[in-house]
Order: sequence, then C-alpha cells, then structure tokens
Amino acid sequence: MLYNEPSPLEVRVLTRRFGLPNSASIDTYLATDGYKALEKAFDMTPDEIIEEVKTSNLRGRGGAGFPTGMKWGFVPRNSPKPKYIVVNGDESEPGTCKDRVLIENDPHQLIEGVLIAALAVGASRGWIYIRGEYRYLIEIMDKAIAEAYARGYLGKNILGRGFDFDLYTHTGAGAYECGEESALLESLEGKRGVPRIRPPFPAVSGAFQCPTILNNVETFSAVPAIIRDGGAAFAALGTPKNGGTRLFCLSGHVNKPGVYELPMGFNLLRMINEVGGGVRGGRALKAVIPGGSSCPILKAEECDLPMDYDSLAKAKSMLGSGGVVVMDETTDMVKAALRIMKFYQHESCGWCIPCREGTTWLKKLLTRMDEGRGSSNDIDLIADLAKNMLGRTFCPLGDAAALPTISIVEKFREEFEAKLAASRGQSKFVVV
Amino acid sequence: MTFSPKLEEKFAALLTHYPEGRQRGALIPMLLYAQDEVGAITPELVEEVAKRCGVTPLQVDEVVGYYSMLHRKPLGKYHIQVCTNISCMLVGGEELFEHACKKLGIGHKQVTPDGLFSLEEVECMGACSWAPAIQIGYEFHHKVTPEKLDELIEALRKIQ
Ligand SMILES: Cc1cc2nc3c(=O)[nH]c(=O)nc-3n(C[C@H](O)[C@H](O)[C@H](O)COP(=O)(O)O)c2cc1C
Ligand code: SF4
Ligand code: FES
Repeated sequence: MLYNEPSPLEVRVLTRRFGLPNSASIDTYLATDGYKALEKAFDMTPDEIIEEVKTSNLRGRGGAGFPTGMKWGFVPRNSPKPKYIVVNGDESEPGTCKDRVLIENDPHQLIEGVLIAALAVGASRGWIYIRGEYRYLIEIMDKAIAEAYARGYLGKNILGRGFDFDLYTHTGAGAYECGEESALLESLEGKRGVPRIRPPFPAVSGAFQCPTILNNVETFSAVPAIIRDGGAAFAALGTPKNGGTRLFCLSGHVNKPGVYELPMGFNLLRMINEVGGGVRGGRALKAVIPGGSSCPILKAEECDLPMDYDSLAKAKSMLGSGGVVVMDETTDMVKAALRIMKFYQHESCGWCIPCREGTTWLKKLLTRMDEGRGSSNDIDLIADLAKNMLGRTFCPLGDAAALPTISIVEKFREEFEAKLAASRGQSKFVVV
Repeated sequence: MTFSPKLEEKFAALLTHYPEGRQRGALIPMLLYAQDEVGAITPELVEEVAKRCGVTPLQVDEVVGYYSMLHRKPLGKYHIQVCTNISCMLVGGEELFEHACKKLGIGHKQVTPDGLFSLEEVECMGACSWAPAIQIGYEFHHKVTPEKLDELIEALRKIQ
C-alpha cells in the first residue's frame, strides 16, 4: 500500500514496483526482472560482485554512509567460521519511515539483495532484524521468505547452483539503541541491547561472533539493481562518491509529506518546494533536520544545497537516514530541542556516564527553560554540557543526542534568550 | 506452561533459526510472541521461556527490563500508542495525546477501569511522513485528528 502520492520528480529504482498489483508477491517480482540479478551474480566471482558494488558508489543508508562495497570487502572469506548476513530493519531514527515501505511493497528485492551479499562472502545464514512495532512487516517478510523457499531461491542448492542459504526474520521489542549495529547483534543473541566495544567490527566478529555483513534494509534493497544494470549505471544516477538514488522521508510542515525516491544530490530546497509542495499554509521556512533527529539542524538560509553525504558534511550536518523534517516559522525551537532530547534520554542504554547523565541533565535544563523557569547561565550550560558529551561515549548515541542540541542553541540562541527574558528571576540554582 | 498449538509450532521453528548451542537468540521473539498470547510477562512465563532458551530466569528478567514493548502488567485490550516525537509533534502529536488522555480519562501507561483501553505516549513509530500517527495494538493509523481518534475509540467500544 502506498501512503502518499508519488511525485513526478522521483527516479524510481528501488521503488519501481511500488503500486503494482500484489507488488509484494513473488509472482509480481519474477514478472518484473525479479531474481535476474541473482542469476547474474551466480556467474560472477565474489570479487567481481564486490567490485560491482564498489563501482556503484553505494553508501550505507542506515545513517553513517559508509561505502558498502568496501564494508563487504572486510569480511575474511577464508575464515573457517560460518559467515552471516544481518539486515538492519530497526528503523527508529525519528523522522525515518522508508525501510517500512521497502519491506511492505517489495520484500523480495530485499531477499535478493541479501542473497547477492551472501554469495559475495560465502554466507550460510541471515537474519532480518525488524523492530517489534512493525509486526505486520514481519508477517509480510515471513510470507515472502516462505515463497522464496518454495521456489528454490532460499534453502538448499539454490537454483541448482550448489549454494545453500537460510534466511529468517527476528523481531526487536522496542529499543532505539538496538538499531546501533553492535547493540543489534547483542539483541539478536537474546541479550539487552548494549553496544560492543569495537574493534573487532562485525565484518570480522559479528553475529554469534562470526564474520558478518550488516547493512540497512535500503542498502540491501539497492543491490539487485546494481548487479542487474551495472554499478556504473547506479553511480551515474547520483553525484561523485554518492551513487544512486535514496528514499527521502519528508515530514513536518510541508504540504505533501511522504517518502520519495530521488537521486543523490537532489537540492534540498527543491525537495521541499517541488516534491513536498512547499511549506504549509504559505509560511516561511525556518529550519530543516536533514537526515533524522540525530543530525545538526540547518537554518532556512543553509538549505540551498545538494542532498548527498559530502555536501551535508560540508554544511556541518549529516545526510543520516534520509529523514527530512521541515519546520516553518511558527516552530518553537526550544520545544523542538527538548522533544529531541527527551527521546535520547529515554533511549540511552545507560552504559556510559556522559550519555546517561548528560541526556538526563540536558532534558532537565531544557524542560525548565521551556517552562519559563530557566536561569541566566542555562543557555551556556546546555551548550557546554552537550559539547562535553561529544566523543566521550561508547557508541554514537551520545553524539546523536548532543549534536542537534548544540546546533539548535547555536543557530537559534535568540529564542532561548527570549524564553529567559520572559522568565527572569525564576528558580536560580535548583534544577528539578 | 504450554501455549496454543500455533504458537508452539512457531516456537519449535524459532529455536532452529539460531546456530547450534545459541538458542538464546530466540529469547526476545519468544517473549514478545508469548506476551501477545498471555497478555503480560508473568513469572511463570519467565521461567518457561528461560527453560526453552537455556538461560536462567534472571537473564530473562534483565532482558524484560530493557525492552519497552515487554511489560509485566497487562495492558488494556486495546493499547493506544500516540507518537509525540518530532515529526508528529510538529503537526499536532502532543495535542492528540492530550486529547486521548481526556477522552479515555487516563494518562501515560494507564489502563481504563474496565480494562478495555490503555494509553501510552511513544517515541517515533516509523510513520513520520504520515503524521500524526498512532498504533492501536500493532495496527497503524496515519494522519490522525482528534475527531478521527474519537471515532476509532467509539468503534472499539462498540465491538468491545
Ligand atoms: C543509536 C543508533 C541507532 C541506529 N539506528 C539504526 C537503524 O534504526 N537502522 C539502521 O539501518 N541503522 C541504524 N544505525 C546505524 C547502524 O549502526 C549501522 O551503521 C548501519 O545499520 C549499517 O548499515 P549501512 O552501512 O547499510 O548503513 C544506528 C546507529 C546508532 C548509533
Ligand atoms: S553512548 Fe549512550 S547508548 Fe551508547 S553505549 Fe553509551 S550510554 Fe549506551
Ligand atoms: S515522529 Fe511520530 S512516527 Fe516518527
């Protein structure tokens, strides 16, 4: 099912089957070039597959944007241990709702991507980790997996090529931190989602301490097109070093929020105005979170930029998970900062003190600021506290909590000051 | 403790999904699926799942404490989860949650006296582009207005 109208500006590669009747069924998939890439991959060597993915300039769609082909190349193929594939379908980064539509509308594309990865490293098993709230997607995925077994695309001697691979779904049970790759692996092993110290990285010691390829749903879903049409064709859709298209999740104050597949490097203002139909109610744009709530915010005047990993990094933000949250001139930035912090405080796994305590104190400070009980040095205290978390935590959640806060205080300081001015003389020392 | 034949079948399969000797992997799926049938994570359930996955009840307990979807007390028959995270907040998620509180006469993580409804303010549920969003049980509802929420609640009251 599609939840929003497609846009004519979209370039449909991963979403090409969206909207077809029974797009999730194996029959529709097979009728539209499905599993052709797998057949092609069987005639390639593992090195050729990895080379093709490198050529495509595909970068991880989970958040960090690490080059996928390079990641696959880190798996020690001559290791005597079994190799595994893990799909990250935890999708919990606020602003992000793309993996959901990929699984719902085209689960076989994901299975095919996983199979190609399995061929590339000689993996024998895989798991698709799906957040617990997405129960209906687990059912869709289980059905697709059963179809693939029945037609000989999973199980023993796949397509008569002497290759065995088993694939399962695995449900999460409510924890943002389990989207972090090493916490996800702990969760897969039946434990609390507390991250692992790295190195070793999952490529060397991942699921059940065996070499593992772990990628996001969208990343694996891009692989069939890359093998089918060639890595160079995929690369050409994007910008240098940022191959292909990606699914952007437009939300917030736009007229046509929705998930849209656009080429890497698509201009952010154009995305808001032409794809998203402009800011709601004809209001002025104030700010945009470009890639999920972990990313530093952009002021309206910073939004005329191409949406790719490198351009966003240059603008001191991140492309992240593709969650584009649009805020108009009426948005209360202190409230926004507080709501974002509440989330990270709730989701901190509690292992390291800068993250556990930092998020808790930031939430308290932002709460009293928002409620008009702030004191004069709170603004600097908030900024200092957040800056002191940076780089001092075991996993990137600490930075993910600090970065948006720092950017909001820096770019919208006058709003914090206005709240203070309205609340002068309130509780000076006690933070409750 | 035994479960419905359908769930027993699912559990038997689940235990084969993890490498030999690593059946603990089945723990979280087993807990969640069992909770759906039993209604809450009871001490007996903890014992049973511990036995099946080859871990101690204490190891199960610490897992139950970590994951927000696992709960030791029963929820209402219809568990209404309202997202107030950033994308939903921008388009009325917080007001929607307040409306739900008033309509049901309960607050965050509370259950109505008749046990029919429970309410929870939740974090992003992956429906940001179709916000504000809620889930009733596992079912998603998009672009929910206070009026639409009232209708949904009234409809559920009728079927009970
Ligand atoms: C706190 C935290 C949460 C994350 N959540 C997700 C998530 O929900 N989905 C996801 O694919 N990656 C998530 N990531 C990124 C993963 O750790 C990992 O980098 C990614 O799944 C790798 O896949 P990719 O290379 O295809 O992007 C998260 C990272 C952190 C630090
Ligand atoms: S940074 Fe936060 S979430 Fe990550 S390990 Fe430390 S406490 Fe846990
Ligand atoms: S912010 Fe509400 S569903 Fe994502």
